Amino acid sequence: MLGLTIQQIAYIFQGAGWTIILSLLGFVGGTVLGLPIALARSSNSKALRVASSLLVQFIQGVPLPVIMFVVYFGISIGGFEVPALVAAGLAMTLYSGAYLGEIWKGCIQAVPKTQWEAAECLALTPAQRFVYVVLPQALRIAIPPTVGFMVQIVKNTSYAVVINFFDLTYSAKVINNSTFMPFTVFTLAAAIYFAICFPMSVLAQRYERKLHRS
Amino acid sequence: MYEFDFSFLNDYMPDLIHGIWLTIGMTVASILPGFVLGTAVAVARLRGRPWVKRIATVYVEAIRNTPLIIQVFWLFFGLAALQVHIGPFAAAVIALVINVGAYTAEIMRAGFQSIPRGQLEAADCLALSPFQSLIQIEVPQAVERVYPALVSQFVLMMLATSIMSQISAEELTGVAYMIQSFTFRGFEVYLVIAVFYLGLASALRFVLMGLAEVSFPRRRRLRTPL
Repeated sequence: MLGLTIQQIAYIFQGAGWTIILSLLGFVGGTVLGLPIALARSSNSKALRVASSLLVQFIQGVPLPVIMFVVYFGISIGGFEVPALVAAGLAMTLYSGAYLGEIWKGCIQAVPKTQWEAAECLALTPAQRFVYVVLPQALRIAIPPTVGFMVQIVKNTSYAVVINFFDLTYSAKVINNSTFMPFTVFTLAAAIYFAICFPMSVLAQRYERKLHRS
Repeated sequence: MYEFDFSFLNDYMPDLIHGIWLTIGMTVASILPGFVLGTAVAVARLRGRPWVKRIATVYVEAIRNTPLIIQVFWLFFGLAALQVHIGPFAAAVIALVINVGAYTAEIMRAGFQSIPRGQLEAADCLALSPFQSLIQIEVPQAVERVYPALVSQFVLMMLATSIMSQISAEELTGVAYMIQSFTFRGFEVYLVIAVFYLGLASALRFVLMGLAEVSFPRRRRLRTPL
């Protein structure tokens, strides 16, 4: 099939499986890190705002492959031998945490100020104001850009190839090295990435149109 | 306890500077062609015949939904298989242009769509040809509206050059890998590299924003922020 053996194609799909696993790790980790960042970015305390903004700017100003290397070598200087999945997962967590935090900060701020004021008039505590009034509205705004960013996460897991993490890009590279059929191999890899990413892109667009209509 | 050792900075400074220049070179070489390609594709998607529109849409979606590395590998190893030998630098720039063109097309499309109809009608009344109206009226206004988004996109592109060492272009990250394999000081090397990239990203943003001050005199006079 396509000039590749069944084993070679299976190898590429095995890589695709790890790409999905790393993407999920990146998204879950990014959510765990991104929520506090979003809260700190839109908090009233200046120190929290400055600290979180510095963290975000640092991560957004450094290429993801370099973050991967820093995490990878950073873990190993402690004398720990960890699999590439851990290093790649941590790097993806830092990366998507910074971006998701920034996206969600925008969503929280997009909720009209009058909503906060109305909640205050109803004598809700700050926590209640946030959880019962602002969060449900921010969540609705947050869905389209979050789904859109998930596409970025899937695509950017490919950078884990620099620390030799076995994912779709890595497996395609290996198969290309042994068969030297670059067009076939990389078109197949691109098609798999596309099959994962495109439905999410369409979904993000659809959600966005829905949000604009309402 | 781990002891940090940054002595490689002295020994390998020329290599690092060479890497920085290559990163800057790739970025600068890709920005203008990428912008022109993206603008052309945006126009094709908005004004083209149906088949032109379809090709432009397929291009944009195909690029935006696949990783840059796969595109680079496809181009670099594919050309090698066709016995076309271009250097890694040229392959990297071509891949970056094709990649950033798709993102620029989406940004510019938004820019074109935000131009008030009155501007197009006025251009028509002045008997400008559709091409004149595009170049003299629409493109400048569209760029002015989406300029910050364009700047962010080009900064992201500069950061993305860091994977070009995968096709043996010895840019900053590639040099870092070389140094780390000689000195076994991977953590320190990449920390330093991270700081270099931060500096490069701020410098690029500063230069491009400075360019806006010069190129949009109307904004400067009215003191409207971008």
